[in-house]
Amino acid sequence: MKSLLALIPYLKKYKLKLILGFICVSLYVAFNSSYPLVIGDAVDELVKNPDINKIIIYALKGITLVFIGGIFIFFTRQTIIVVSREIENDLRNDFFSHLQHLSRNFYNNITTGDLMAHATNDVNNVRNFLGPGIMYSMQTILRTVVTIIILFSINVEVAIIAILPLPFITLLVYFVIKLIYNRSMKVQESFSSLTAKVQEVFSGIRVIKSYTREVNEIEKFDSASADYQKKNLALARLEAFSFPMMFLLTGISIILVIYFGGIKVINGTFTVGNITEFIVYLVQLTWPMIAFGWIMNLIQRAAPSMKRLLNIMETEPDIKDDDKTKSGITGNQIKGKIEFQNMSFKYPGTDVYILKNINLIIESGNSLGIIGYTGAGKSTIVNLIPRVYDISEGAILIDGYDVKTIPLSVLRNLVGIVPQESFLFSDTLEYNISYSSDVTESEKVKRVSEIAGLYKDVSLFPEKFKTIIGERGITLSGGQKQRTSIARALYKNPKILILDDSFSSVDTHTEEEILRELKTVMKNRTCILISHRISTIKECDKIIVLDNSIISEEGTHSELIERKGIYYDIYMKQLLEEEIEEIN
Amino acid sequence: MSEKKLNIKEEEELGKPVDRVLLKRLLLYFKPYKWHILLAFLLTITISALAAVRPRLTPIAIDDMIVNGKIKGLQLISLILLFTLFLQGFIQYMMAYLTSWIGQKIIFNLRKKVFTHILNLNLKFFDTNPIGRLVTRVTSDIEVLFEVFSSGIVTALGDVFMILWILYFMFTLDYKLTFVALSILPVLGIATAVFRNKVRSSYRRIRVLVSKMNSFVQEHISGISVVQLFNKEKRSADEFAVINQAHTNENKKSIFYYAVFFPFVELIGAVTIGLIIWYGGGQVVQNAVSVGVIISFIQFTEMFFRPIRDLSEKYNILQTAMASSERVFALLDKKNPIIQVDTPELIDDIRGEIEFKNVWFAYNNSEYVLKNVSFKIYEGEKVAFVGATGAGKSTIINLLSRFYDVTNGEITIDGKDIRNLNIKELRRNIGVVLQDVFLFSGNIRNNISLENKYITEGKINKSIENTGLTDFINSLPEKLNHRVTERGMTLSVGQKQLVSFARALAYNPKILILDEATSSVDTNTELLIQKAIQKLIESRTSIIIAHRLSTIQSCNKIIVMHKGEIKECGTHQTLIDKQGLYYRLYQLQYKDI
Repeated sequence: MKSLLALIPYLKKYKLKLILGFICVSLYVAFNSSYPLVIGDAVDELVKNPDINKIIIYALKGITLVFIGGIFIFFTRQTIIVVSREIENDLRNDFFSHLQHLSRNFYNNITTGDLMAHATNDVNNVRNFLGPGIMYSMQTILRTVVTIIILFSINVEVAIIAILPLPFITLLVYFVIKLIYNRSMKVQESFSSLTAKVQEVFSGIRVIKSYTREVNEIEKFDSASADYQKKNLALARLEAFSFPMMFLLTGISIILVIYFGGIKVINGTFTVGNITEFIVYLVQLTWPMIAFGWIMNLIQRAAPSMKRLLNIMETEPDIKDDDKTKSGITGNQIKGKIEFQNMSFKYPGTDVYILKNINLIIESGNSLGIIGYTGAGKSTIVNLIPRVYDISEGAILIDGYDVKTIPLSVLRNLVGIVPQESFLFSDTLEYNISYSSDVTESEKVKRVSEIAGLYKDVSLFPEKFKTIIGERGITLSGGQKQRTSIARALYKNPKILILDDSFSSVDTHTEEEILRELKTVMKNRTCILISHRISTIKECDKIIVLDNSIISEEGTHSELIERKGIYYDIYMKQLLEEEIEEIN
Repeated sequence: MSEKKLNIKEEEELGKPVDRVLLKRLLLYFKPYKWHILLAFLLTITISALAAVRPRLTPIAIDDMIVNGKIKGLQLISLILLFTLFLQGFIQYMMAYLTSWIGQKIIFNLRKKVFTHILNLNLKFFDTNPIGRLVTRVTSDIEVLFEVFSSGIVTALGDVFMILWILYFMFTLDYKLTFVALSILPVLGIATAVFRNKVRSSYRRIRVLVSKMNSFVQEHISGISVVQLFNKEKRSADEFAVINQAHTNENKKSIFYYAVFFPFVELIGAVTIGLIIWYGGGQVVQNAVSVGVIISFIQFTEMFFRPIRDLSEKYNILQTAMASSERVFALLDKKNPIIQVDTPELIDDIRGEIEFKNVWFAYNNSEYVLKNVSFKIYEGEKVAFVGATGAGKSTIINLLSRFYDVTNGEITIDGKDIRNLNIKELRRNIGVVLQDVFLFSGNIRNNISLENKYITEGKINKSIENTGLTDFINSLPEKLNHRVTERGMTLSVGQKQLVSFARALAYNPKILILDEATSSVDTNTELLIQKAIQKLIESRTSIIIAHRLSTIQSCNKIIVMHKGEIKECGTHQTLIDKQGLYYRLYQLQYKDI
């Protein structure tokens, strides 16, 4: 429950609106509660001494009361519920904006699905408590108090009898909603496992068909499906019971009023009008009684949701600027010399070194090629430069500055990475290419696309650079994605350009063209190229072979060929591969 | 985010016009439960009748008993009221449960039908339809239909009856007053229609925005490293705020609609009651109507509005169901092109002689992946297929198991065209070990036996022994019951392969197809795998897509494929001596560095 206190600052922002809302809801209750009194009076008038003019006045009075009440409830909704939406908005923005700053390590330990659930379900639970929760609890409390006072003022005895069943409604609703919630959770779980079952069967369809296990799978599906049905029926039983039960309780109240009130009318201490008033008030009280039970559940659900949100929002990013940061360092002064000094790295929370004792210097404006088997640490080493992770031992220096002392935004502006998996946003091509800048310069987009060998492809799209890509647009081929990703890095105009296996889906011919174009761009930048193909890196100023977390070979292409080591082996195999490909 | 992206129009398929043919087909599923439905229907009629009884009895209680001071009569009427109340509650409970029950039963049957149908479709269907889509057909799409099968149709009829009952009671009480009370109904009708329309389109826009927001969050979480490496944290947050604001604004709009509509309905109610009092009052003055009648009319008006509102709701449900049922039925109409002949040739004791005769095959119309492929494998022979990726090796497996049918030519086993055999019989005789091992969630035992009761504990143990898994399994605390999670995440690559070998061995097929995995494993496991493969191909006809030199060398024959054709054929040594394609492939793939 304490977690909900964190909402106070959010509520404070809308203080005025909320106060207005409380006033409106009070007035609404006041007007709306007087309405049955008027109806009662009208009926009494009819019973004893019918005067048509008076009756018309009663009718008009009743309508007017409801009308004014209606205006106030309109404003209540326009204030309290609207505020709950505003707070939802603020909360979600804060949550999302916080997520943007958390480091890779945080994301490695949480699934996207979990975070999505936070952003949607949990924020929703909190919203439900803020909006309907606050509005109805105000309304409910006021209305209950006012109604009970009125009923008691009409007749204490009948009031006690009539009100007696009502608290049971609250209790009933509270427990029933709780049970319904639990049972629908079970239904959800069963549905997920049914879905998982179906998913698994369809994924393993080859094995099932090969071993002719179809019948067995159908039987298993049946039992999962039967379980789902069972859970649903358990929920249905509860729901089927809950609604008649609530109306049963109000119905009993009304019958009690008719019976005991009726006897009192016969004895002359009560009027027929009083009976009508009681009936109308009791009907009016039904909803607040239900609402009480409902609100209690809303609070119960909101509290843990808020706690989950706070857990994330209070997580500090582990890679950020701190007191070691020298704010004086700007991007302009840096040339791009990179130096690894006895650097070692293991992933946070693990004991295995991914990279060990790396010593390497890349002079500014030079190029480095990295080759090695899968899992040798090639991607890791380049990710350490822009501090995707912090290194475990040793140091990485850029122009002599430890990367940990360079302001994070300066550091990341310096480095342009084309990641191994080209992640693009489902937006226009132009947006993706010019992602590093908030404004899009069409000329520049065109130029970098030409270098990245993308321009020809784009000119075939009907909407050129305005073409939307991804889920809702056209699907790019793997090679097109990689080239877009290259163009995006070039647009950034970085001092240090890193291509992490960026030609794997591009055919060799196109690759050669791009490399030729890149040469001019690479001239005054420090470049790091990771590749499986010798052809990509053979012209680099320096090439290293990573093997088992260390640098096992270092030199130029011809030097490494001389050495007849791993590099030479890879080279020979690739020659053969080409040869086979050419046979027809 | 670009302007363009924000403006994408996304119309969701919320509903379709109600199609009579589809509806008829849907209604067919009610048939097995026709008596239950009849019962539900009778219950609905009873409920609507009972619901109208109470307001009908109230005037009697007031006019006859209270006003005339008949205490006994008042007691009696109160008891009757109490009784009908309980009866109504009880029937309501029965009714609600019964309709859910019917819905659940029908859904269960339909779901089974769809699942079974999909399972029996051919592999091409699975290759061309994303699994996610198929899962949706079996799960969510059918779930949508539940509403139609349960509450939908039965309660819609109930609502109609409710309206008729109330009208009947009102008219018998006082027809003039009925007209007065109903006079304002059209206003409510129009208001409701307008409101519903506004709320629906607002709701639709909210749904679109929610899904946009979700995909934005999803995308920016998946691409978080791009965001951070490009220093765009603030920009992402700003872009998110734009969608978030649009979502909030749309919600505010719908709050406005509700804020207007609810008080308006209350006002209409008040006006109706006002009219009843005004007009009825005049009648009371003239002694034409009693006070009790007026009170019961006040109750009737409240009861009248609900079923009318519900009916339009039901129509929406039906529209939504149409879209889903169309998709489901389209799927059910899909036929498996790989059909079994009516009277398959018997294969009691298969020998395992395989022949491909001038086989041509294309997955898509004209791109042939196999071009005039012919070869013969004799009983017990072991043949290795080698070639670069895309040479057509895996297609051979697909064709032999009849996952696909040849485009041209013929495949025979023991001289019989496989198209004339019983498909299950055929597959039962062919053991397939795939490169990408698929393990089901469950335990190791289930993954070996695949829950086949003919695969006894003895057979499982023997196959474990033969694949060299014994030590590994004994090291597990729960032995064969060791839990295997989705896609076998708890086992190493090598262990998974060995389990799939054990699976094939346990089934003891006459013909074995082995697609060797390329992934590297540690030396120890490598030795285990090599030994297991020898056991696997022992004493049966084997076709191997080989990646290991040791495997190739134990084969009688090597078939070298290149771009859909057979290029070379012979033993390891003859092919090496030939210095052709195989020689190069050998140096590339099999020779140790």
